Amino acid sequence: MITVENLTKRYGPHPAVDDVSFQCEPGTVTGFLGPNGAGKSTTMRMICGLTAPTAGHATVSGRPYRELPNPGREVGVLLDASAQHAGRTGREALTLSAYTMGLDRREVAAKLDLVGLNAVAAKRRVRAYSLGMRQRLGLAHALLGDPRVLILDEPANGLDPEGIFWMRGLLRDFADRGGTVLLSSHLLREVEAVADRLVVIGGGRIVAQGNKDELLAGGGTLVRARDGAALRRALDAAGLTAADSTDGLLVQADAEAVGQAAANAGVALAELRPADGGGLEQLFLTLTAGESTKEAVR
Amino acid sequence: MTTTTAPAAGAVAPRQHAPVRRPSLLRLTAVELRKLVDTRAGRWLLITIGLIAAVVVTLQLIYANDADQTFSNFFVPSLLPVGVLLPVLGILSITSEWSQRTALTTYALVPRRERVVTAKLVAVMVAALGSVLASLALAAVGTLVASATGGAGNWQLDGSLIVNAVILQVTSVLMGAAFGLLLLNPPLAIVGYFLLPTVWGVLGEMVRPLRGPSEWLDTSKTMEPLFSSDALTGEQWGRIVVSLLVWMVLPLAAGLFRTLRREVS
Repeated sequence: MITVENLTKRYGPHPAVDDVSFQCEPGTVTGFLGPNGAGKSTTMRMICGLTAPTAGHATVSGRPYRELPNPGREVGVLLDASAQHAGRTGREALTLSAYTMGLDRREVAAKLDLVGLNAVAAKRRVRAYSLGMRQRLGLAHALLGDPRVLILDEPANGLDPEGIFWMRGLLRDFADRGGTVLLSSHLLREVEAVADRLVVIGGGRIVAQGNKDELLAGGGTLVRARDGAALRRALDAAGLTAADSTDGLLVQADAEAVGQAAANAGVALAELRPADGGGLEQLFLTLTAGESTKEAVR
Repeated sequence: MTTTTAPAAGAVAPRQHAPVRRPSLLRLTAVELRKLVDTRAGRWLLITIGLIAAVVVTLQLIYANDADQTFSNFFVPSLLPVGVLLPVLGILSITSEWSQRTALTTYALVPRRERVVTAKLVAVMVAALGSVLASLALAAVGTLVASATGGAGNWQLDGSLIVNAVILQVTSVLMGAAFGLLLLNPPLAIVGYFLLPTVWGVLGEMVRPLRGPSEWLDTSKTMEPLFSSDALTGEQWGRIVVSLLVWMVLPLAAGLFRTLRREVS
């Protein structure tokens, strides 16, 4: 359980995070979305007590992070996979943390095994790790204390497609067993497959949040038939309003109602699915586009 | 999506565990001691410190008069070069957390930063005590060799000399750590640590009005009596305390303040 209430961080006059509030419930994966520089990392650092907020506060499992007696046993944190001592071996980095948390040594081997870092990789110095290996090490580190909450900043960065698929499975499983996951990304598609809830942040402010299905289904249902005219007649007969779109007809109703209407009129459908992202995707593209323009100018 | 590929599912299941206790200061200190030796750089710094002490003893075996080849004469000269490197150990112990960005992990696991800093200070003090033991051991080897090769091989050692050596090495490692805490950047802290007292010493020599204060503030001057076995006078102790207030306690306090408030990113 993570609760964020009115978190604000100002650097000088510039607000990096502006009045951000959201909640992550046990058993869910919350995708924290936003373009680079939107305030995702700052928010996460404030949740973890690493950055002092200008205003507002956050709690993890009901307590401010700094008041958790042994935070690693409650919250697994991966904020930056590259923030490891380059001269230590992967195993040593985990061993130090395991000892700090008072864990059994065997946890280190178990978690290295879990994230797919073999004995050879574990003995190498972090300097020689690829970004993907560092992410895996960071994930092993976050899972080390068997926490109930995971806070992960861009964990898919540097992972290959197979690795991303594996990580989704891991996080889904963690949440399904009652864990709370907050993971950030600047790619909507990356978290779409695993998140239950989405919190979208842009320019330090929350611009949308809610159930993923609701947010993504905002666009209605897309339906297509070889006989477009017959389909339109069928929808009209059922009292459903349909609009033309590039892929077919966009109907402001759920897929069941649309399918029933077509079946009643005996129209064979070629396609029936929720329309993509709609408002959310458009919103996200706007946020991201603004940012890339800024970057191009820079 | 299906999650059939989730590997070793049981291992990531969030468990309800017994109430967890915060890590003790002893545990944190052990972690910090381990951090001193678990990288190649750290190990070599410690090895170098030992080697330098060994070289000093060896040089004396070769070049010192037979009559001067006594235990205390082997012991005392090894303190100075070791005392120069110990502050570097203190500085790196503190600053590498920031330069290597491990502070992100360290302070996420132990959000009460003052406990980490305390553990670090204790760890480097233990290392300083270890260096005194190493100096004693090497001096003992030197004395043995000396007595076998015709040197004096005199084992006499004043207890006060050991006490002085401990004070000397512990304060130098703490001064280094204090500079590290204050500046939080390895090159800056190392340069600052070596440059500032030197500049101060040179100024003290050149500028006549500064000569008086420099007797009290230049650690190379105030700490000098610690190299002898003579009992220190009250004024000599006073000078040591005053100079340490300025070069150790003040940066330590300011550095702690800065470290506790600094944003970790």
